[in-house]
Amino acid sequence: MSHLTQALQALSGSARQYERFTGAHTHTPYLADPRQKYQRKLFDSIDDVLERCELHDGMTISFHHAFREGDKVINYVMAKLAEKGLRGLTLASSSLMTCNAPLIEHIKAGVVTKIYTSGMRGELAEAISHGLMAEPVEIHSHGGRVHLIEKGEISIDIAFLAVSCCDEYGNASGSGGASRCGSLGYAMVDARYARKVVLLTESIEPFPLTPASLTQDQVDYIVRIDSVGDPAKISVGAARVTSNPRELMIARSAADVIEHSGYFRDGFSLQTGSGAASTACTRFLESRMRKQNIVASFALGGITGTLVDLHEKGLIKTLLDTQSFDGVAGDSLAKNPNHVEISTSVYANPSAKAACCDRVDIVILSALEIDTDFNVNVLTGSDGVMRGASGGHCDVAAAANLTIVVAPLIRSRIPTVVRQVTTRVTPGESVDVLVTDHGIAVNPARQEVKARLIAAGLPVVDIDTLHQRALLISGEPKPIAFTSRIVGVVRYRDGSVIDVVRQVKA
Amino acid sequence: MMKKLRRSMLFLPGSSAAMLSTAFIYRPDSIMFDLEDAVSLKEKDSARLLVFHALQHPLYKEIETVVRINPLNTPFGLKDVEAAVRGGADVIRLPKTDTPDDIDQLESEIARIEAECGRPVGSTKLMAAIETAVGVINAVAIAKSSPRLMGIALAAFDYVMDMQTERSDGSELFYARCAVLHAARGAGIDAFDVVYADIDDEAGFLKEVELIKRLGFNGKSLINPRQIEIVHNAYAPTQEEVDYAERVIAAAEEGDRQGLGVVSLNGKMIDAPIINHARVVLDRKNASGVRQ
Amino acid sequence: MKIVKAAIAGTLESSDLVVKVSPGEEGLDITISSEVFKQFGEQIAAVVKETLAALNVTQGEIIIEDKGALDCVIRARLQAAILRGAERTDIVWEKL
Repeated sequence: MSHLTQALQALSGSARQYERFTGAHTHTPYLADPRQKYQRKLFDSIDDVLERCELHDGMTISFHHAFREGDKVINYVMAKLAEKGLRGLTLASSSLMTCNAPLIEHIKAGVVTKIYTSGMRGELAEAISHGLMAEPVEIHSHGGRVHLIEKGEISIDIAFLAVSCCDEYGNASGSGGASRCGSLGYAMVDARYARKVVLLTESIEPFPLTPASLTQDQVDYIVRIDSVGDPAKISVGAARVTSNPRELMIARSAADVIEHSGYFRDGFSLQTGSGAASTACTRFLESRMRKQNIVASFALGGITGTLVDLHEKGLIKTLLDTQSFDGVAGDSLAKNPNHVEISTSVYANPSAKAACCDRVDIVILSALEIDTDFNVNVLTGSDGVMRGASGGHCDVAAAANLTIVVAPLIRSRIPTVVRQVTTRVTPGESVDVLVTDHGIAVNPARQEVKARLIAAGLPVVDIDTLHQRALLISGEPKPIAFTSRIVGVVRYRDGSVIDVVRQVKA
Repeated sequence: MMKKLRRSMLFLPGSSAAMLSTAFIYRPDSIMFDLEDAVSLKEKDSARLLVFHALQHPLYKEIETVVRINPLNTPFGLKDVEAAVRGGADVIRLPKTDTPDDIDQLESEIARIEAECGRPVGSTKLMAAIETAVGVINAVAIAKSSPRLMGIALAAFDYVMDMQTERSDGSELFYARCAVLHAARGAGIDAFDVVYADIDDEAGFLKEVELIKRLGFNGKSLINPRQIEIVHNAYAPTQEEVDYAERVIAAAEEGDRQGLGVVSLNGKMIDAPIINHARVVLDRKNASGVRQ
Repeated sequence: MKIVKAAIAGTLESSDLVVKVSPGEEGLDITISSEVFKQFGEQIAAVVKETLAALNVTQGEIIIEDKGALDCVIRARLQAAILRGAERTDIVWEKL
């Protein structure tokens, strides 16, 4: 036999490497052993898994945040890695929340020295804004994260992915079980690109688990743990429409803008944030859609119970879900055939061969600050401290036909409309209309939209007028003092640096 | 000149700093700062100061401001008048107006204060709130009692108690509404209807608004900004009404140009009341568009 | 005006403030804490000082806990607290 491969080798030279057949199970030895065949990926404890993972200092580990404030896995795994004495890790979670405050200790101990995330909140964000880390945090958009991963800047050694349930081969889902998160859109990306993929699950279901959001051919190890999340905090029930009159007023005004924008026609597509004004706006659109016999072709992005309701009423044909914001959305994903899960790459990756956000007609976004050039800050508060996330903001704003930002002119004396944003996350050229409780401003680059809104009798004013009004009401805020030290780098969706966050002066 | 529309009069508790700091966004036709029932006894002094300062805020100068003072026979009433006049309120609303003497008494205090603080005497207007059976009976005299009086309002809460009944389907207000309305029209001033307390019952609210609009009321007191839109829409004319009004005005203008004494449209004579009503219809349309 | 007893005005609701005044013998002792201190702390202090001066208050302890109140609200609550603390009901409106 051996001289057979030798002869072939001589024929092909170094163009091809031939190997001699040595047995049916040579390269799949686990098939020879029944336990291995079925359960080789299953482990009782995370420690067993970590033994096999070739952990080393300086690795990049990743997580996803679909379990939101109810997530337990990020803290759980990080504590284990810290216990193992690892140092210099790069943490690449799709986002970080208030519940991730325990990371502060790991940073202080040198376990984590670099972070890539879409955003952060609470004590962790405060600490980092005040200079906790030696290296700046990289803030990316949802689509931008995928781009950084594909480019290799984020090179994931191990992805620890929390799932609601999976089978023993690793087919996994965010539906089913006690802790349901709905769409696993973020995790799908990590599962594809990480060198090793570890699933943490509360329940192992019989094979095959279908439909599978994460597929078995991407998964290395599976650990069953008691709890991946706190159901009470993962997804509260569908958000009630706000009764706050100011939010309702802004929402109604936004619906007026949409109706008269020129993009409100049968087959239009939309994306809305999860904020109160966005949700209420969707409700106001409902009656106008009925009156004008308009059915939306799809709604994209973070899916809420309000969007599900419109879908079930036949007013939105398809829901493309990258994150299920509440329990209603999660349940709908499981049962409605036209409510489908998409990965973050399909959603908004600027270097994907096609991204859904490119087909959005109208998107409603929020803002912490917006300046007179329409640049938007969704990351830092007016006190200079990080308290938000880049999220899908700049992704969809860049691609949508009409980008609408809704915000109250003033929040607790702090003006939303400013001369220059504290941190630029979405460039003004991507933002078309600002809707506030004091009037509507249109980007000068969209004169045709402005003309339509004025013709409809809407209260359109210059953005400078709004800015002056804010100052008239609040008084001029003192600018925040920063040191020159950079604590955060804001990466636009294509990876370029659009702004930095500096350390706040104590 | 367009007559001031007063379809929506939004009540704000004078003690709420939060509401005073934001209410100008809602654009009701008038804002009413309440120092009376909405404010507890021990907060009367603090609320009065809040309202005094709020009245002077540039953004409130763009909207008609009304202050509901405490009755003059309380320890608070006169101080409320000082604050309201000096703060620049457009109108003072006198609760529990029973007789023309109540208006006279208030008027003399206001005139004194206007002179003291350098405000043009006569610039502070009055609104009488009728809250008792006696007030309803005296409505005609009250409505004519002062040139400062711009309107007369019915207030249901105290009135139904005085009448020994309770709020129900509107029959309890039947006579009072008609009386107040006629008194207002007889004196050439505005008439305002009662507060609708259940802010979550939008259907019930709309029904009441439609009723009082048909009766002829100029507007209604509101306690939540969400009610403003509903009132403005109910008062908005339909497209047919707007089209007809435009034709009436055109015919009237044509009549003026030709020096005709009598104006006609489609062979029918249209006289001053019809022309005036057409103007009101167009004012309302300019304010809030056509009915949705 | 002289503060003769401890007094308080205002609430901790958003856009409001609580003002506590008490008698003092050694000039003015003003403490301000605010949700928006970084951006408006100086402005708040200026309004407070101006209001105290207009009422001729030169002694006392003034504690301000601010929840993002506008200047007009700060003036009103401070004046209310001072009038309560001075047990005065006669108002010279021009001074407010």
